[in-house]
Amino acid sequence: MQQVQPVIAGQPGSEAANSQLSPSNSAPAIIFEHVTKRFPGSTLAAVDDVSLEVESGTLVVLFGPSGCGKTTLMKTVNRLHEHDSGRILVEGREARSFKVTDLRRRIGYVIQSTGLFPHMTVAKNIATVPEMLGWDKERVDKRIDDLLDLIGLPPQEYRERYPAQLSGGQQQRVGLARAMAADPSIMLMDEPFAAIDNITRRRLQDELLSIQSKVRKTILFVTHDVEEAIRLADKIVVMRQGKVVQYDTPLHILTRPADGFVTDLMGAEDVLRRLSLLSVESVMLPPPAQPMSGVGTAPTLNPTDSLRDALNDLLSSDSPVLMVEDAGGHVIGTLDLNAIKRATHGEDM
Amino acid sequence: MFDYLFNNFDRVWPRLVEHLLISGISLAIAIVIALPLGLLLNRVSWLTTPVLSVLGIIYTIPSFAMFAFLIPFTGIGAEPAIVALTLYALVVLVRNTMVAFNSVDPAVKEAARGMGMSSRQILWRIEIPLALPIIVAGMRIGALATIGLTTIAAWIGAGGLGQILKDGINNSPKLYAGVICIAGIAILTDLIFRLLSRSVRVPA
Repeated sequence: MQQVQPVIAGQPGSEAANSQLSPSNSAPAIIFEHVTKRFPGSTLAAVDDVSLEVESGTLVVLFGPSGCGKTTLMKTVNRLHEHDSGRILVEGREARSFKVTDLRRRIGYVIQSTGLFPHMTVAKNIATVPEMLGWDKERVDKRIDDLLDLIGLPPQEYRERYPAQLSGGQQQRVGLARAMAADPSIMLMDEPFAAIDNITRRRLQDELLSIQSKVRKTILFVTHDVEEAIRLADKIVVMRQGKVVQYDTPLHILTRPADGFVTDLMGAEDVLRRLSLLSVESVMLPPPAQPMSGVGTAPTLNPTDSLRDALNDLLSSDSPVLMVEDAGGHVIGTLDLNAIKRATHGEDM
Repeated sequence: MFDYLFNNFDRVWPRLVEHLLISGISLAIAIVIALPLGLLLNRVSWLTTPVLSVLGIIYTIPSFAMFAFLIPFTGIGAEPAIVALTLYALVVLVRNTMVAFNSVDPAVKEAARGMGMSSRQILWRIEIPLALPIIVAGMRIGALATIGLTTIAAWIGAGGLGQILKDGINNSPKLYAGVICIAGIAILTDLIFRLLSRSVRVPA
C-alpha cells in the first residue's frame, strides 16, 4: 500500500484515478447484457440474466459464496464458458464475433494454481502469447525482461528458471507477467492468490495494486475472500445463485448493503464495529505541507472521534478529505476514504 | 563361458539380428497403435473400460498358448510371433499412454486454453511434452518384456536368440552364449530408454 499511495495521490486529477467514488467516464471495457449460462443437467442457471458494465481501467471483483456463478461469469468473457443467451461486448465488440483463440489472446488470464507450463522456462512461459501473435524475437525478449522487472524478479536470475524452481509467490507473479505479456487491456484473474499463505498474499495484493496503478488494466478478479475483495476492488459485484445482488464500490457495499445476504457475506457489521472502535488519531495521515484548495469546506474532526464518525462525515459531505484538529484548532492531520479503508483491515499505518 | 560366443560369433550374430528385428518390429507396431489409442482413451473416457478389459484378457493368455493359437492363422515363423508380441506390448503401452495424458494437470491445460492456444497447439506444445516422460517409461517396460518374450517365440520357429537356447539345452556353452546375448540386449535397451527418458524429463 505504501508504494501505491504516492503514485495515486501525487497525480493531478487523482480523484479520477482513484475510482472509488468517481468511476472514470470512458467507455465500458466489458458489457454484459442479460447474460445467462446454464450447464447441461442443471435446473438452476449458473449465471442468470446478468447485466453489468465494467468501466475501462477499473479493477472489478466478482464476489460471492462458492457456486454463486462468479467464476462462470468471468469465464464467459474469454469464452471458456459460452453463454446461452444475452450479449457480451468486449471493448465494444461482441465476444462471439471474435475467433475464439484471437479473443483469448487479447485477454490476460491468471488462475489460482498458476497453470504455468512446467516444461518451459519462465521466459518461455511469458513468451507464449507474444509468440503466438507473431512478435519478433527481439521484441519478445525485451518484453520478458520488462515484465520480470515489473514483478520484481531480476531477469538475469529468473529468465531460465523452471516453474518448479520458484516459490509459490514467485510462480504467481510469473503467472501475472505471462498474462500481461501481450499487453492486453483486459485481464481475468480467477482467485489468483487463494492458494498462497497470508503474508505472501498480502504482498502480492500490494504488488497488484502497485502494478495496476501504473498500467490501468480492466481487471475482472474472482475471489471469495472479503478482505481481498475490499482491498483490491474499485467496484465489487456481489453474486448469489447466478444473479448480481449488488454492484458498487467496496465502501457502499459495506455501508449500504443491498440486503441481509450482502451484510452477512461481507461481514459488514463486523467492519463497522471495527470502525467504531478505531480512533481517528490512530489512522490519520500527516497534515498537508501546503494548504489544499477547498479545505475550507472540509469537515473537521477531533483526534479521538471514531472512524465511524469520520466515515459518516465523509459520506455526508462533498469533500474527499477530512481535517483533524486539536483542541486549539490546529490542523494536525487529514483523513480520507483510503485511510479508513486500510484501517478496516486492521493495518498499521 | 564366453568361448562359444567368440568362437561361433558368425552363427550367433544372425540370431541376434533376428531377435532384434522381431522385438523391434513388434514394439514399433505396438507404439504406432498405442499412442493414438491411449490418447483416444484419454479423450473418450467411456472407451477406457472396454478397451483395457480386452487388452487385459489378452495379457492373461500365456505366451505359449498364444503362439500356438495363432499358428492356424499365420503359420509358424516370425509372423505369429510378431502378432503376439505386438498384442502383449499394446497392453502396457496403451494403458501407460492413457495414464500419461490423464496425468497432465488440468489447470495447465486450462491456462493454455485461456491464453488462446488451439486444441492442436495444446496437444503438441503442452500435453505431449508433459506426457512423454511417462510414455517413455512405459516403452522401456514394454521393450524389455518384448525382448524377453521374443526368446520364447523360437519354439514356434520364429528364430532369434531363443533358437540358441533351444539348441543349447544340452550344450551349456551354447546356452550361456544365448543367455549372455539376451541379457546384453536387455541391458543395452534399458540404458537407451533411460537416456531417452532423461532427455524428455520435465524439470521438477
